Formats: sequence, structure tokens, C-alpha cells
Amino acid sequence: MQVTMTVNGEEVTREVEGRLLLVHFLRDHLGLTGTHWGCDTSNCGTCVVWLDGEPVKSCTVLAAMAGGHEVRTVEDLERDGELDPVQRGFMECHGLQCGFCTPGMMMTARALLDRNPDPSEEEIREAISGQICRCTGYATIVRSVRWAAAHEANAGGAA
Amino acid sequence: MTTVDERPAGFENNDHKPVGHGRMLRKEDPRFIRGKGRYVDDVQLPGMLHCAILRSPVAHARIVSIDTTAAEAHPKVKAVVTGAALTELGLAWMPTLSGDVQAVLATDKVRFQGQEVAFVVAEDRYAARDALELIDVEYDVLDPVIDVRRALEPGAPVIRDDLDGKTDNHIFDWETGDEAATEAVFASADVVVSEDIVYPRVHPAPMETCGCVADYDRIDGRLTLWSTSQAPHAHRTLYAIVAGLPEHKIRVISPDIGGGFGGKVPIYPGYVCAIVGSIVTGKPVKWMEDRSENLTSTGFARDYIMRGEIAATRDGKILAVRTNVLADHGAFNGVAAPVKYPAGFFGVFTGSYDLQAAHCKMTAVYTNKAPGGVAYACSFRITEAVYLIERIVDCLAYELQMDPVELRIKNFIQPDQFPYRTKTGWLYDSGDYEPTMRKALEIAGYDELRREQAERRACGELMGIGVSFFTEAVGAGPRKDMDILGLGMADGCELRVHPTGKAVVRLSVQTQGQGHETTFAQIVAEEIGIPPADIDVVHGDTDQTPFGLGTYGSRSTPVSGAAAALVARKVRDKARLIASAMLEVSVADLEWQKGAFHVKGDPAKSVTIQEIAMRAHGAGDLPEGVEGGLEAQICYNPENLTYPHGAYICVVDIDPGTAQVKVRRFVAVDDCGTRINPMIIEGQVHRGLTDGVGMALMEMIAFDEDGNCLGGSLMDYLIPTALEVPDWETGFTVTPSPHHPIGAKGVGESATVGSPPAIVNAVVDALKPFGIRHADMPLTPSRVWDAMRGVPRPPV
Ligand code: FES
Ligand code: FES
Repeated sequence: MQVTMTVNGEEVTREVEGRLLLVHFLRDHLGLTGTHWGCDTSNCGTCVVWLDGEPVKSCTVLAAMAGGHEVRTVEDLERDGELDPVQRGFMECHGLQCGFCTPGMMMTARALLDRNPDPSEEEIREAISGQICRCTGYATIVRSVRWAAAHEANAGGAA
Repeated sequence: MTTVDERPAGFENNDHKPVGHGRMLRKEDPRFIRGKGRYVDDVQLPGMLHCAILRSPVAHARIVSIDTTAAEAHPKVKAVVTGAALTELGLAWMPTLSGDVQAVLATDKVRFQGQEVAFVVAEDRYAARDALELIDVEYDVLDPVIDVRRALEPGAPVIRDDLDGKTDNHIFDWETGDEAATEAVFASADVVVSEDIVYPRVHPAPMETCGCVADYDRIDGRLTLWSTSQAPHAHRTLYAIVAGLPEHKIRVISPDIGGGFGGKVPIYPGYVCAIVGSIVTGKPVKWMEDRSENLTSTGFARDYIMRGEIAATRDGKILAVRTNVLADHGAFNGVAAPVKYPAGFFGVFTGSYDLQAAHCKMTAVYTNKAPGGVAYACSFRITEAVYLIERIVDCLAYELQMDPVELRIKNFIQPDQFPYRTKTGWLYDSGDYEPTMRKALEIAGYDELRREQAERRACGELMGIGVSFFTEAVGAGPRKDMDILGLGMADGCELRVHPTGKAVVRLSVQTQGQGHETTFAQIVAEEIGIPPADIDVVHGDTDQTPFGLGTYGSRSTPVSGAAAALVARKVRDKARLIASAMLEVSVADLEWQKGAFHVKGDPAKSVTIQEIAMRAHGAGDLPEGVEGGLEAQICYNPENLTYPHGAYICVVDIDPGTAQVKVRRFVAVDDCGTRINPMIIEGQVHRGLTDGVGMALMEMIAFDEDGNCLGGSLMDYLIPTALEVPDWETGFTVTPSPHHPIGAKGVGESATVGSPPAIVNAVVDALKPFGIRHADMPLTPSRVWDAMRGVPRPPV
């Protein structure tokens, strides 16, 4: 079947199998390998992308279901050569080690900050609780998000 | 979080400064935060095919027949390979890291659920999976051996009838220490405490599973393998030996690795399948396991059933420790440890205490479970050893009604006893334990916590405070003692300074997230004065780096880090000769100050390392006997292991109604000798502490009586999320290693090793009102609830 969607602001059309997962569509068909695949039970969150502005686990969405919708991946966080504060926060606060969970964590963090520009530690932990990081022990991720909150370009925290 | 090393000067009991730009940000991060990391599954080659593996649904069965006709007829399938086909190629079996053999694809029997039976190569991942469904295997199901305690019973099914003359499931007996001397101490001791202590089977479960892309070029016979390998050089040599491919025609590339934790040390059948698939089809072949395959078939860790015994005087002087261990090694003995150490470094079970005697006896057996025994974030079984001693010391404290901190401090090896030879023969290089313990007590506010606990207990609340103190043995290791399948555990390093004074350092070890690209640049920067930003770190590619055994067992800094420091010093020595010619003074008149040589007494006369580099490559004469260029290579053979230590304190609250354990606080004070990048060190510690929460409270690979794996997905194998762990509180002391060139010790695994006993000790401490002295991990609500049942309720 043919599917058309907007990915990182660009319209893409591809011929796909109906059962193709969005995560594999992004990785294998579009070459957007920043989004990762880490489990088969929707537990790890390494695959988190945005679907119409909401973070979703792209292993749990069929590419076909994303047809007509807007997808945003980690590759779109940096805009016009400007890193997103979330990206800078992860670097500044050592919010990553192997980097495998990082894109998913950052997409969730960006969405959190968009709706809550000044999240507490508990709110951040809650927001990323559907995702696993095997490296950082989470404290530095929490700090990274707090750093981003404190360094947003405008106080409202818009993307 | 409290970061004690940022407190003002004067707080610390040492004058240490971190190495080479200290807490600098990581050089590798810019690609990761842009989603531009390059992991194995990101490798896409023209014409690449996909491999999927058919696995056994049962734990023990004879294979009656395999019919691949339908799979072969699938329009997208390029090859279907069974054990019979591999037998023809001589590749059906491969050596394990501990000298056993393991089936690449089962030929005669399947020996664990999830074992590899056949593989398919197809045009895409989905088609490969579809074709697996079309393979028809007939199994004659056999009784499995699941309960390790029954593996040696007469009449138990023999799992390894492939081994000549094998009539039981015994693998090895091993012992260390002095049995008679230990018995004598035990016989006359005031107090003897014994406890059965289980370290359950767990799994490293890095977020990236295992996989590879094999690209065999039929024309020049060259194999390129992108692989999730923690040890690319060792793997290349083993492929050469096993597959008979010439070693110079094999290139193993470990690109970015999404966590390893010991799980990516062994060679798994999947890698061999992909290589065979590429040879057979003439196309690049990718194999990427899914999470269930990862959890059910790749290397598990631990799985020791231990009886610990401790002898002491009534006033708390520990005299001796002994233990008897039954080790479950699964269906193939795949333990990752130096050859002469079948039980890894379990011999350090004597802990941080000055003992009169110690003895350990161990028996390892086969069961119908996945093979492994990998060093999951630990230096070869040290996690089990530390858990045993730190748990049994707490049991002793319980019996003596002594404070567990006081008991530990009373028995510490004293600073003037180092280097200290343990009763099991290990030579601890350096340590100063009491200040580390005291610092942890101070950060935690130990006395205040005990007061709070007394108050809460009086109200019926369950609050526990757990302490552990560990000594690890990391950085394997001296080649006279340590090798993996005949390969000595030394590591090469090469440093090349370019004409403009920028440099490239090539390592034999491989990062899986530990930050080597930063840390090693810092080590070289410290030694040679070139800023870390100007030093490129190349690793993870056998074509581009010198030979060495790879990253696991916290060996990167102790072994490769030493190599990097020494190779830089070698380059500096050459630079000194060139500087003396440039400044027209004798070598003895030169002084090195980070980045430049000065003439003694005339600091204005100097040349920088960058100027020297240009001269080394430039026109004009060099001093007599000095070759052009500014580079060096070494292979570092460590003189001893390094022995980091640490003191951990955990505070838990248990909900009396649900038996849910909440880790409220965790204080970790680590001493890993000289510290290079404190930010990275803290990150490593945080990681290990999270492992500890997982193992102590959540994680276990369990099996039912038929051998079905009950921990085969992330729904069943529970890994801590941000909600299960507290904000970590860390601190440090510094006791440099006397034999490491910069005094550093390993730290990557300290917290995984040290934290589980602190957490379990805290839970058991919370349950003291129930008269409980021990409970086994993982301390899930149901286990804690069971422990609480049948004994008096806490005082109300
Ligand atoms: S891949 Fe694990 S949740 Fe999507
Ligand atoms: S950084 Fe490795 S899994 Fe999070």
C-alpha cells in the first residue's frame, strides 16, 4: 500500500506493507536511524517520536496509521543549526552514555517542556517512566531536562 | 543530588585534582544528541539481506527432522541453513570463552529454550521472520534439568551427550584457600554464622540488543563484520581460528554500541550465522536479534547458590570465612573469564577484611538453560563474591547485635598492611578503607538515620538502613596469569602527533557508552599537553587499532588507560630530544611543563609540543639517531590488577501493607584511585547503582519446571525506570594505585558490584522486627510479603 505522511516537515510517500511498524519505516525506509528499536513489548521507549505533536512509541504504531499525520523525530530537534535546549542540556549534564535511549528521552522531554515549562523532578521522572535507560541511572537525565527548562530561548518554553 | 567533590577545598582528605581538564563535556555527545550515532542496526549496505534465527521452543529435545522446503520456496528467501549444513562446513560447533563448545545451530539435540536451530536469509527483516514460520521441526522432547540442585543426582538426564564419555552434568570443581586452616579456625571460634545465599540469574540487557552486519567479499576473500562486540580484536582472532579465515582478511568493526555490560563479550551463534549467510549468498547480511532473543539466548550473569559461613570472636573480630557454591552454567559452559579462573575472580570473597583463614569450594554444572556466566558489569564473578561477604557480615552483625558499620570498621585491612595478600592469594594494591566509610556515614548522616529509624520502628513503620563495603579486583590482567583462550590480556596503544600538533590515539578497547573518546583524550592531554579537543580517539576497528582484549571487567582505564599514558610519555621522550636540538641545550637542561619544554632557569626559552611536532616532520636536521615523525606504539602488560573500593549506604522504606520496597536514599562513596573525568565517573557510578536496584529488587531470569524462560521480555524482566530509583548521592576518596602510571583504578562496575548488598541489607534491616536475618533477591513485594508472614508483626 501507499502511505503519505509529513516527517520532520517534509511530505514523504512510500510503498509499504500494511504491517510495517513506524519505527522500521523511519529507520529502514527513510534512513532516519536516530529513532531506535529496543524491544518487542512496547516497554523500552527507545523508539519514541512525535505523532501530531504527541510522543508515541513508534514500535506500537503502523506506518499506515501515520498516513496523513505529522511525525517528528530526533533529527528535527536541531533547527537552523541551533541545538534545542534539551539537546544542550543532555550534553551539559551528562544525560547520556551509550546514547541509545537518548533520542526517545529527548523527544519526551521536549514534549514535556512544551506543556510544562518548569517541571519538577517528580514530573520529569513521571514523564520518562515509560522509557528505560540502562546507562545513566536517570538522575542526570532529570538534571538535563531541568537544565533545558532553565535555558529555554523564551520563558514560555515554546519549541 | 549531592556532589561532594564540588565542595570547597579543605573538605576533602586529599589534595587530588582530576586529570587533563577534569569535568570536561564528552567529545562523543554531539553526534548522539543529534540522532547521528552509528549503531550496528544503522548500517545499511547496498543489496543487504536479513538473517533471522529459528529457535527451540523447548528446553531439551532430540531433533528428529527439519523440513525447510516451504521456507526455501518463499519468494524473498535467499538461503535456509540448518545444523546439518553447518556440519558440512565444519561450523556447527564453536568454542566458548571457557574452552567448552557450543552449538552454532543444533544438530543432535536442543539444550535450552531459545537455542538456535536454523536460520533464514531473506530480502527484508519481515520476510525472514515469515520464513521461520515455514520451517517444520519435529522434536522428541526429553526431560529437562532445570533445578540446579538436582543436576548431579544419579539418573539425571545427561545434557551434554555430545561430549565424549560424558555421563553426568558436572562441569568442574574448583577450590581456593586453605580448607584445613579454615576448619581449625571455625572449630575454635566463639561464634559461627552460616546462611544460604542465592544470587539469581540476571541479564545485562543493554538497550541495544546484539547483532551484526557481515559482508564477505568473494573476490578478495575479505570479511568485514560490523558487530556489537566489546572485544573486536579478540573476536577477529577467534573467527580466524574457528572459521579458518585468514586473520588479515577479517576486519571487525564495533561502531557505536548501545551498552554492553559484559553481554557483548561472547561470540554468539547469530554472528556466525550472519557470516555464513554472507558467504553463502555473496551479499552483506544483517542479523539483529529482538529483545526476547536477547533475554532468552545471550549471556546471563550470576546464578550462584552459595552457602556462606563466617567465624568470629564474641566481640566482633572476624576470623575466617568459607563458602560452598553451586554454579548453574546452563547448557554450554560459556563463562567469560580468564582461562585459569573458571570461577572468575570469585576468590576475592574475603572482602575488605583482615582474616586468619578462608576457603571456597565450588561445583559448576550444566542445566537446560541458556549459556552465559558473563561478567555483567563486574570483573568476573566479583559481584557474587562481594554480595556473599557483605551479606554474611551483616548476618554476623545481626547475631552479635552489633552495628554493621562498627563491625566492618573493626575488621578492615589497615592502610599499613597494603599491598595486602589475602588468604586466597590476591594482592590488593592499595586501600585506605576507614576514611571512605566515614565519608559515606557523614554524607548519609548515619547516626541521625538510626535515630529516625528507632522512632519509626516505635510507630510500626518499616525503615531500613543497609551498608556495604566492597573491594573489587579489576583490570585483567598480567599476561603471566591471565589469558582468554590463549590471548594474553595486554592492550596496545598507538599515538601519532601530526605536523600541526594535533594528534590521534588508537586504542584496542571499545566504548559502549563509557566515554572513551573523552577520557582517553584527557589522559593523553595530561601527559603531552595537547588539548583534548585536538586529540582524536580511534577505537573499535581492528584495521585501525593495535591489538588488545577489549572493554569489560573495568579493564579499560587500568590497562588501556595505562597504555595511553605510557605511549604519550614515550612520545614526550622523543619530543625532548628534538627540543634539545631546537633550543641548543642538553636534554638534562630541559624542563617539561604541560605542553612545552623550557630551558631550566630561562623559561622564556621554550618550544611547544606543537612546534616540536612540526620540526619532527619538517625539513632540517634532527638530532643524531632521532627518526622523523612524532609517534609511538606500545603494548601494556599490567603488573597487577587494581583494587578500587567503596562504601555504600542505602535507606529503604517498606510499605507494611503491600510489602513494596522504596529506595529512599542511596549514598555511594567510591575510591577508584586517581580520577580522570569526575563527571564520567559519577555517571558510571549512577549506572551501577541502578543495576543494583534492579538486581536487588526486580530483575530475575526464572524458569518453570519445563524450562520455559519466564523472563523473556521486558514485561517480565523488570528493569528500573526513573520511578524506582532515587537521586543518587555520591562522594569519593582517592587512594592511587601504586603500579598504574597515573594511579587510576577501574570504576565502571564498582556500583553494580557494591550496591546489591547495601540494598538487601537495608531491606533485611527494615524487616528486623520480624526476626528476619536474610531474604533472597529479587526482593519483590511478594518475596518481602512472604518473608514477613508467619512471624510477629512489628510492634505497634
Ligand atoms: S521499541 Fe521498545 S518501546 Fe518501542
Ligand atoms: S544512555 Fe545508554 S541506555 Fe540510556
